[in-house]
Amino acid sequence: MTDTALTPSAFVAHEDHHHDSHADHVPGFFARWFMSTNHKDIGTMYLIFAIIAGIIGGSISGLMRAELMQPGIQYLGSWASLLHGGPQSLDQSLHLWNVLITAHGLIMVFFMVMPAMIGGFGNWFVPIMIGAPDMAFPRMNNISFWLLIPSFTLLLASPFFGGAGNGWTLYAPLSTYGEPGPSTDMAILSLHLAGASSILGAINFITTIFNMRAPGMTLHKMPLFVWSVLVTAFLLLLALPVLAAAITMLLTDRNFGTTFFDPAGGGDPVLYQHLFWFFGHPEVYIMILPGFGIVSQIIATFSRKPVFGYLGMAYAMVAIGVVGFVVWAHHMFTTGLSVNTKMYFTAATMVIAVPTGIKIFSWIATMWGGSMRFPTPMVWAIGFIFMFTVGGVTGVVLANGGIDDYMQDTYYVVAHFHYVLSLGAVFSLFAGFYYWFPKMSGKMYNEFLGQLHFWVFFAGVNVMFFPMHFLGLQGMPRRYPDYPDAFAHWNHVATVGYMIMAAGMAIFFVNLIWSLIAGKKAEANPWGAGATTLEWTLSSPPPYHQFETLPKID
Amino acid sequence: MKGLKRIAIAAGLALAGLSTVAGHAAAPAAPAPAAAVKPQAAAEPGNVSNTAPTTAAAPATAAPASPLLAVDGAPGATPTPGIGQPTDGVFGLQPQVTRNGEFAHWMHNAVLFPVITIISLFVLALLVWVVVRYRAAANPTPSKTSHNTFIEVIWTLLPVVILVLIAVPSIGLLQAQFKPAPAGAVTLKAIGNQWYWTYQYPDHGGFEVTANMLKEKDQVGAGERARTDRDGPRLLATDNRIVLPVGVPIRLITTANDVIHSWAVPAFWIKLDAIPGRLNETSFTIEKPGLYFGQCSELCGARHAFMPIAVEAVPPAQFAAWVRAKGGTMPAAGQPSGAAIPQPGAEGSTAKKDEAETTANLTGPVENATTAATVSPQGATNNPATGNAGQ
Repeated sequence: MTDTALTPSAFVAHEDHHHDSHADHVPGFFARWFMSTNHKDIGTMYLIFAIIAGIIGGSISGLMRAELMQPGIQYLGSWASLLHGGPQSLDQSLHLWNVLITAHGLIMVFFMVMPAMIGGFGNWFVPIMIGAPDMAFPRMNNISFWLLIPSFTLLLASPFFGGAGNGWTLYAPLSTYGEPGPSTDMAILSLHLAGASSILGAINFITTIFNMRAPGMTLHKMPLFVWSVLVTAFLLLLALPVLAAAITMLLTDRNFGTTFFDPAGGGDPVLYQHLFWFFGHPEVYIMILPGFGIVSQIIATFSRKPVFGYLGMAYAMVAIGVVGFVVWAHHMFTTGLSVNTKMYFTAATMVIAVPTGIKIFSWIATMWGGSMRFPTPMVWAIGFIFMFTVGGVTGVVLANGGIDDYMQDTYYVVAHFHYVLSLGAVFSLFAGFYYWFPKMSGKMYNEFLGQLHFWVFFAGVNVMFFPMHFLGLQGMPRRYPDYPDAFAHWNHVATVGYMIMAAGMAIFFVNLIWSLIAGKKAEANPWGAGATTLEWTLSSPPPYHQFETLPKID
Repeated sequence: MKGLKRIAIAAGLALAGLSTVAGHAAAPAAPAPAAAVKPQAAAEPGNVSNTAPTTAAAPATAAPASPLLAVDGAPGATPTPGIGQPTDGVFGLQPQVTRNGEFAHWMHNAVLFPVITIISLFVLALLVWVVVRYRAAANPTPSKTSHNTFIEVIWTLLPVVILVLIAVPSIGLLQAQFKPAPAGAVTLKAIGNQWYWTYQYPDHGGFEVTANMLKEKDQVGAGERARTDRDGPRLLATDNRIVLPVGVPIRLITTANDVIHSWAVPAFWIKLDAIPGRLNETSFTIEKPGLYFGQCSELCGARHAFMPIAVEAVPPAQFAAWVRAKGGTMPAAGQPSGAAIPQPGAEGSTAKKDEAETTANLTGPVENATTAATVSPQGATNNPATGNAGQ
């Protein structure tokens, strides 16, 4: 890796030549935000985009929880009338439910978690943490972001054309001959664009991390967040083309008479599920791995100790990424797999618990012997560790093919993946947001509101999602707008949990706005001796172009 | 025992010769001597012979009486709270009435649940300990330790050991679940439609039953039958229940006519996707008579939540009577309903391809079958046949 410094040096020289004394020249508004080539600005746009998508996706889950608060169909009819104008039939109201669950899933996965984790924090901090001036392909970085805008627009417009009610998995044949009209095509095209955006982003990250590290920044010295983004980028690069292929086949099945997934023409609906989950399972690690990286940085910072078992942590993520590609059919245990296939996928899925366990224990060992402080990012990170553990162990239950015959498609699964995503990935997002907010904005957030946000949100999501385990154990199926009265109690509790969670989010937005307007000015390093990564050597916010002289890493 | 007795009474009532058309309520009951028959049937619930009831008890009526309907045409077996249906506000699995279900129930409650609870509490305890013990006030100088090979090996190997311990019963459970149905099993073919189930009994003359969800009183149109509490809970009761014998292995075959559905009954620990163009197979044996409910478990369009499954498990003799009432036939004694058909991928399934071809599409567990699923000749009673209403 002796030649890694060449590219950034050339880049810096080039910039210097142009700007001479105006090295930190900031372009005008339009050029800066619409033609951006600056990784920090693009990261900021990604974060704003993710927050907006999160508000929309979270509001949709509010609609869902409102409808589910009591047995019976209460609101769907009036919502369908609002959306389409005039009174709607019962089936149209019920279809709206499926549109809501589909939109919630797609928005949260593709437009909230992924843009925030990879586009937002990845763009902001990967170049800085490896001592690079920017991403390897700044213009490609820009188009990665701007592809998301038409993508999201397509998805948000689709409900006005009937709505895609296939679930975020878009299973054929419900998504092929089960649903005419343009809205499902719009959702599919939306995924194409989002996928292309992510593939371009992944190429950019891989190139940046391999070629633009500062002198002395060997792979084994990279911060774990950079490792996590590197592994994630490889997962994206390998998994998303499979999704693109699968949904292209959906498109041609829908519109051009092919029969990839239609048994009447020799196709197979289960083939779609194999293709989808070959992408879909790595996708869940795409959503959580950057969170692992963020939490590792924060735990080390506030324990004032280096991460325990650095190599084990890095290669545990690599192992999770590799094994994540060979477990996909555990999403399909009830589709009629053979006994040997089920045994294999049961065993392979359980294997993932081992590297995940290494990470959990290494985080605890990092704190062990440390000198811990508990500002807001740290409480979110500790909350992450516990909540992710709870979500992880129910994953071990679900890994058993024989047990999954009962749990598959029940609320137990819903509880499981919300514990690893809504409490895991989202906790790590908030942890990262509070951790890096002073660096990104140059303002300190309000500590009291941050802590309050954590505790209210923590209570809310647990009250919301923990009872879903009980619903699942009693057999309540997913994606139901109405349920037998025997599921009423825990559904009511879950909706109360949503309200608490929503109050927590209100605190977050108050804190965000207050801090941006009136927050105390942040120092270059507000976190003290434990914060050892390169972003804390820069001012807060960092200069428009950082590392014009490359840092040297010992 | 209570359930048995109730079923026996119900059977007695029905055998008294009521001419109600199966599945449609409010057929005026003939003034049958119900009171006279009732004690007799109740007295010897197990001894109803295979052939006697229908011939002996049927007075001169043309329409076959269903042996599962009570005087007023309401279903004979009534739901038992806590069995075969969810219970509100509780923590735990539904009680299981199949052997594999009991095995899986045990595995969840005795192995998995304790293990995951202990691990979660262990991690929580460690977190609380480090937070208290190593807070800056209690430990101002952090240690410099950044690795310890011994402990890293331990926390890699220990989870492996725990997972192996879990895998042993897990693999055993899978093997038990994939044991092919033996000769003499009753074959039930469940066909998913938007949004109702049709059932066929290919070994019993191939008659067909269509099961629609019963709507509530305020939702039914004129002349439609509304749900009563005797039918079952809201959203779970169906107009026609499927009837299966207790203690006899059931071979369940699922497929679908339109989109993917999933046939699921939690009390049997059974969930099997019904996929168009494909026949999936599994088997189970119901140990206790009773009424068991399930719901479609794969998103299938607007009324996904409204295509429940209701299974009435009865003693074999009563099952035989029901089959005859439906116009079906019982396979002759000593003549198995079909050779044991190997499960796809199960041991000894090498011959499955040939066999599948010869046994035609009625019973063969054909993987990737490209033959179109049998289209039901019997229309749904209150569902539009096709189309997604959301459009």
